[in-house]
Amino acid sequence: MNPLNYLVLFLVFPGFLFSGTMGLLVGWVDRKITARLQWRIGPPWYQNFVDIMKLFYKETLVPEGASKWVFFSMPLISMAGATLVSTILLVSNGPAHGGFIGDLIVVVYLLVIPSIALMLGGFASGNPLASLGSSREMKLVLAYELPFLLALFVVIMKTGYTIRLGQIIAWQDAHSFVIASASGAISFFVMIFSIQAKLGFIPFDMAEAETEIVSGPYIEYSGRALAMFKIAKAILFFAMPILLITLYLGGIKFTVDGMLWNVLEYLLILLIVIVIKNTNPRVRIDQAMRFFWRLPTLLAILAVVLACLGL
Amino acid sequence: MGLKEKILTKSLYVFHLSSGSCNNCDIEIIDCLTPRYDIERFGMVLVGSIKHADVLLCTGSANRLTVPRIKALYEQMPKPGFVVAFGACGASRGLFKDSYNTGKPLDEIIPVDMYIPGCPPRPEAIMAGLLKLIGKLTAKPSLRWR
Repeated sequence: MNPLNYLVLFLVFPGFLFSGTMGLLVGWVDRKITARLQWRIGPPWYQNFVDIMKLFYKETLVPEGASKWVFFSMPLISMAGATLVSTILLVSNGPAHGGFIGDLIVVVYLLVIPSIALMLGGFASGNPLASLGSSREMKLVLAYELPFLLALFVVIMKTGYTIRLGQIIAWQDAHSFVIASASGAISFFVMIFSIQAKLGFIPFDMAEAETEIVSGPYIEYSGRALAMFKIAKAILFFAMPILLITLYLGGIKFTVDGMLWNVLEYLLILLIVIVIKNTNPRVRIDQAMRFFWRLPTLLAILAVVLACLGL
Repeated sequence: MGLKEKILTKSLYVFHLSSGSCNNCDIEIIDCLTPRYDIERFGMVLVGSIKHADVLLCTGSANRLTVPRIKALYEQMPKPGFVVAFGACGASRGLFKDSYNTGKPLDEIIPVDMYIPGCPPRPEAIMAGLLKLIGKLTAKPSLRWR
């Protein structure tokens, strides 16, 4: 493939433009379902697009004493990281099963980049509440990465020790879905909690607790920088259910039946995430760490042992 | 009506500032978010940080202690931004007109775009006021692009 082709993949389809649009639509689904769960009507479908467009022509302020370069580069890095995750996932799900050996490992590393960018951006803004949010985000990453990686390890073991997304999908085509086995089901269960924390949703939204430390690391961001962070978050929100579908439910199929099942699976995972978000209170950071290092980690270790036994 | 005004009026983010209010107006603002009134229908969201906001909703009589803070918050609001004086106190100092502690009404401290009177205003009045603000912005946009 020539470089221009990669650029189109990254910027237009299935990269930035497509993932961003889908991410904002998924964000609307989230807002709408949240509203319906609370017996409200909720915003119209174009609401997230309008919000982003508005932020793009509003004034962008630089806080006094902020490290300007870091402050403004972090939203871009966050957006680039999220877009790359989405691009790699969708390309390896494509009909040709593109991608490269070890792209699962790359995805795992890239998934941490939005969190790190958020932390650095928060610290660079020089606001005490932002630093508090950043330090919480750091602890949260430490907490959820352990069960996340263990759950991922189960998938790698089940699919014959492959670290290539295309091969994971091909293995599931040839044999059965990873979620159909006992260890796979347990690791999917663990993964749902990790996803919730990765996306920064309630009950693990203590990093940007709006009612407590007024949106944490985002507090000093305005205008375009805030819009970029929002787009990054939307892309990540779009990509996470696709990651789960790829790893556990056999990836995206390009038949009519397969597409319908994919949409159903996608919406179901989305619904699980949104319902967890809407039926839980925010936990403290120490509670979140205790939670992640106990139950999900133990379950993930159990799943690894079961996978070793071949279950 | 240009595209910019259309976009802005469809997604007003509201920051709520209490400048020495009796907490009654503040409770009524929260009422607007409840299922019965649901202000998110119009794309309005209550945000925690002034840097994200388009509308500064100012309740209370603007007493001496809060005046520097009101000015600071107004200057920190990314422009274009709008100010709504909320309640009888916000509009005219209300009951505290002759108090030693309230030197000036809010509209002599910062430019106010819209008044929502009432003690406290009913949620219907708040929504009518905010929708009138949208109407005002779309009618004379050139005045409001400070």
